[in-house]
Amino acid sequence: MIKTKGLTRHFGDFTAVKDVSFELQEGETLALIGPSGCGKTTTLKMLNRLITPTAGQVWVNGQDISQQPVVQLRRQMGYVIQDMGLFPHYTVAENIAVVPKLLGWEKPKIQERTGALLEQLGLDTGAFAQKYPHELSGGQQQRVGIARALAANPPIILMDEPFGALDPLTRQQIRRDFMELEELRSKTTIMVTHDIEEAFEMGSLICLLNRGKVQQLGPPETLLRAPANDFVADFVSEKAAQLELRSAKLRDIFGQLPQQPPVEGEALPLSNTLPLLHAIYQLAKAKSKHPLGTTTLHEQQRYFTLNHLIEAFKNNLQSWAN
Amino acid sequence: MGELITFLSDNREKVTEQILEHIGLTFTSLLFAAIIAIPVGIFITRRPRLSGGVLAFTGILQTIPSIALLGFLIPVLGIGVKPAIFALFLYALLPILRNTYTGISEVDAAVKEAALGIGLSKGQLLRQVELPLALPVIFAGLRTATVINVGVATLAAYIGAGGLGEFIFGGIALNNATMILAGALPAALLAIIFDQLLALLQNTNARKLSKLGKPILLVIPLLSSAYFWPQAYAPGWSAGFPPEFMGRPDGYQKVVDTYGVDFSTTIINNALMYKAVYESEVDVISGYATDGRVAAYNLRQLEDDRHAFPPYYCAAVVQKKLAEENKNITEALNLLAGRINDSVMTVLNYQVDFGKQPPEKVARNFLKAEGIWKADRKEGGKTLIIGSKIFTEQYILVELFSQLINGYTDYDVDTRPGLGGTKICFDALRNGEIDLYPEYTGTGLQVLLDPPPDTLKRIITQPDAVYRYVSREFEEQYGLRWLTPLGFNNTYALMMREAQAKALNIKTISDLAGRD
Repeated sequence: MIKTKGLTRHFGDFTAVKDVSFELQEGETLALIGPSGCGKTTTLKMLNRLITPTAGQVWVNGQDISQQPVVQLRRQMGYVIQDMGLFPHYTVAENIAVVPKLLGWEKPKIQERTGALLEQLGLDTGAFAQKYPHELSGGQQQRVGIARALAANPPIILMDEPFGALDPLTRQQIRRDFMELEELRSKTTIMVTHDIEEAFEMGSLICLLNRGKVQQLGPPETLLRAPANDFVADFVSEKAAQLELRSAKLRDIFGQLPQQPPVEGEALPLSNTLPLLHAIYQLAKAKSKHPLGTTTLHEQQRYFTLNHLIEAFKNNLQSWAN
Repeated sequence: MGELITFLSDNREKVTEQILEHIGLTFTSLLFAAIIAIPVGIFITRRPRLSGGVLAFTGILQTIPSIALLGFLIPVLGIGVKPAIFALFLYALLPILRNTYTGISEVDAAVKEAALGIGLSKGQLLRQVELPLALPVIFAGLRTATVINVGVATLAAYIGAGGLGEFIFGGIALNNATMILAGALPAALLAIIFDQLLALLQNTNARKLSKLGKPILLVIPLLSSAYFWPQAYAPGWSAGFPPEFMGRPDGYQKVVDTYGVDFSTTIINNALMYKAVYESEVDVISGYATDGRVAAYNLRQLEDDRHAFPPYYCAAVVQKKLAEENKNITEALNLLAGRINDSVMTVLNYQVDFGKQPPEKVARNFLKAEGIWKADRKEGGKTLIIGSKIFTEQYILVELFSQLINGYTDYDVDTRPGLGGTKICFDALRNGEIDLYPEYTGTGLQVLLDPPPDTLKRIITQPDAVYRYVSREFEEQYGLRWLTPLGFNNTYALMMREAQAKALNIKTISDLAGRD
């Protein structure tokens, strides 16, 4: 879907990014992480050509992006930034409609799409569509920012510290809502964050950068269990416990789950990328007497109760202790 | 207040014309300034390295005193409406340019990044994001420029471009506060009205403003064209008259009453009117007979065949007490009596106006040639203050007087040349702020005294009678003494280009009246 090779960027004598290469399949989420000034934002901006690489190439669907008209390229990539960057003179609805309008969508289609997105992001269309950004809270603004990025249904989403400007509570909430967005399942997402927990929670792939160079690229578990060097080990060690908890996801225990529902009742569908802890929380929150959950992976369906999850979680902790 | 209302209603056509001209000057220059400054302002946000230089350059333009700027422009653009609009244009550049630059630069960087990131082109970024967000700041710039221009446009009258400055300059020359107010008050009101209207627009949000865009685009050229409305139906000879001539009893009104001729008048500074008629900006001016430029510009002096103008023999007017107590002052100045005839004075004027020689040198050379020059005695005695009106001849006369006083008496001389007009000189003399100045008998007769009509009619054609009358009346009424006349008669005279006068066969003012 998206592939980079040898991406390098100099600013004068300073090398911001050196030789970054990765490949991402459709539906995967890459978290670019590292300390301040490690080159993660520069890397992200080279993907939509807000920054031109000094060397190296980027391909989207096999096409070299440097050969494409830059405006068209960007319209296929949603872009969310920390400071939202909503147009202050546009209403919420107009902000969301910017790209569809540029693409020449019909008015009813734009309206329908805007309404649907607001709904999905938990903003009541009637109450919010005609408001201006300054009338919204930070969290609401960021939801609108996300809606704007998704509006024209781009296959790729780029996010630069998307939750960075929010207070911890709002941040947690939006992140969770965001991960549960049906829309995002099929999107290829690249996000920049300095929050390692966020990276481990959201990323199917982690790219840890330091001083412009890739330290390790791989699934979250690999960084935890097989750090490539001391920098990676140090970087993950401090929060290893939390990361471990967050990195164990439903799909990791998929094989252990029954194929038939063990109890009667309606099953709560959950994403296979949901961390076990969240799944436990979601089931416990469900008000039914015998809570039942279900998830799918490669078109197979599995069921689970709270007990299944707690058991699996225990096993996971034990394997970690060994 | 009552006087002002009377004045305004008596002159309502002139007031309307001046207001329209004023609006026209302001908005034409504003339009051009906006057309240049807004794109340049946008451009320098794209080239930050240029911004410092460009802003500094327009900033320097802004610091040039307006009168000096108009002066600089005369050799290049001549006089009249072109240099006036160009000067106003230069003054309007900075506020518009600076505010465009600031407005666009201050658009939140995150908004710009997001706009580019989601796929707006640079043009779309400018039109959809940067300009709408910068609009209130740009409008603030337009507002500042408008207020500056309404103010500076009052100076346009100085170079014959009309506007409300005509009354202001006229009022200053005639020391007539009501007339000054008749120009200043409407100008101030215009500034306030336009300021408030633009403030309204500035506070309207960008969306509504873009809907108002088209009407605004129509209104500005319409306002700009206001300048030409009065001229479209102006009857009569196009004439350039200095403010003082317009207001004097022996000036414009006297000519109109005597000859019944129609003029479409433009007020113009008396130093510039010769050039104005020479360059066909106007067809008739009220020149001075002894001015060096009459010959140089090949102007024809129209004969005053019905004696609208009195004789204007020049003499020093002195405080009577001073003249009696210091006979040596009178004796020194009377050395000039009868020595300067019309052609001599014309030559002296020519040497200054065209020879570009300083009046001080011209005066010394003349005194030496006459054999009456003496070196400054430098006694360090009391100080004598000599004043003058603001035209070349008077500057030369002040030099002649002061060199004689320095050479023949113990007095030191302090000069106050260039006082705005007759009334200002006269009031300064009466109040003792100056001790003497050169005056003309006709001016004394008609501007400073108010003789009964039959007396006026009886003496107006006799130079000696006029001199005797003003001498006597000045001593009695004001305690001022006229010294012996120098010899020349610097009369007012209507003048035209020789070629035009010849083609139309106009020799006298009566001929002019027959052809309007």
